[in-house]
Amino acid sequence: MFAHNGIIIILTLLIALMASITPLPLSIDAFRPDWVLVVLLYWCLALPTKVNVITAWLMGFLLDVLLGSVLGVHAAAMALTVYIVAGNFQKIRNFSVWQQALIAGVLSALYHLLVFWFQRFLSDAVFLPSYLYPVLTTIVLWPWAFLLLRKVRRHFKIK
Amino acid sequence: MASFEGVRGYLQSMVSPLQYLATTPKRLLDWSLENVVTRRQLIDENQQLKSNELLFKEQLMQPSILKQENDRLRTLLRSPVRADSKKMGAEIISVDGDPYSHQVVIDKGANDGLHEGQAVIDGQGIVGQVLHTGTLTSRVLLITDISHAVPVRIQRNGIRLIANGTGAIERLSHNHVPHSTDIRVGDLLVTSGLGGKYPEGYPVAKVTAVRKDESRPFAQVQSEPVAQINRLRYLLLLWPNQKNSVFSTSSTVTSKGN
Repeated sequence: MFAHNGIIIILTLLIALMASITPLPLSIDAFRPDWVLVVLLYWCLALPTKVNVITAWLMGFLLDVLLGSVLGVHAAAMALTVYIVAGNFQKIRNFSVWQQALIAGVLSALYHLLVFWFQRFLSDAVFLPSYLYPVLTTIVLWPWAFLLLRKVRRHFKIK
Repeated sequence: MASFEGVRGYLQSMVSPLQYLATTPKRLLDWSLENVVTRRQLIDENQQLKSNELLFKEQLMQPSILKQENDRLRTLLRSPVRADSKKMGAEIISVDGDPYSHQVVIDKGANDGLHEGQAVIDGQGIVGQVLHTGTLTSRVLLITDISHAVPVRIQRNGIRLIANGTGAIERLSHNHVPHSTDIRVGDLLVTSGLGGKYPEGYPVAKVTAVRKDESRPFAQVQSEPVAQINRLRYLLLLWPNQKNSVFSTSSTVTSKGN
């Protein structure tokens, strides 16, 4: 009943934000998937009129505040990544889930590289291969997140 | 810029409910670990703590007499007495997942009187300083962060150095150390109090490597923080009691010379 004004979408995004800051053991921490990016990608593919670059920028900004990074780093990377999806949503929509998973992986790699480039520009960070570990988990996560979020969308009849 | 820092504080307090929610599972686990213990374990721990307390009290006797004597001598020299600074305990709520910065979030904020730039220590030594204060939570920048540096001196001979964070949790680096500097592996580095952020005399790091390669302009010195940066839980916040404690001494000396 209240799903039409996007509360469910905001709720899933908030849960994704929380998942990306939940404390994890140090050994698994490097493999934390990009929850926010995955949820944003799904909604951007399903409802491009509701979730777009601006939503992505806001989510990235919240992530900046939560992670304590320089304001705008994650916001810009997230917005640029989602911009590519928003431009090609009709193509990506028609791919199978596995192909979409690979695309999610490529986008996640782009996202992490963008974050790295901004950080490198700001603080001379050195590239470590571990910065790209989340790409693997994001590829694995995509099919499950896709099925779950589709179920959520159909159940609440979000249009 | 100052007003913008304030905005960051507001943002920090705005997202603190999210942080509390996200760390709930961890806090539940911690809580159950603390509450589900056997009587035997509690008794053992209690005994351990009691013997520790005895040990610490014994160690405290000598310094307290020395401190009184030192205070008396400083009053005779008309230099300001170093008063005990205000302290407050805090607990870590969350550690950042961001691999580019070393920061933790603690459960005390502007409501508890925290301010930016305040020194934070643990049981062993300096941990970092307060970066942003929200209403209920605040963010601490650790000494190992790549953008952080602490003015230190070698405890053995008082040579001043700067301890830079490297982005690695167990390593600090020291730039511009001349080859002739008397520095050895195992030297303890303590805060020098210069710069006014950190109070004087707290342990920071132990020197782990000194490489004096004459083909390079400076010696390469690395050290390891004495605070256990990767297993922090309880922290202590310090309030500076007086600014420029180091310089005020020298100013009194020069005024006496005139």
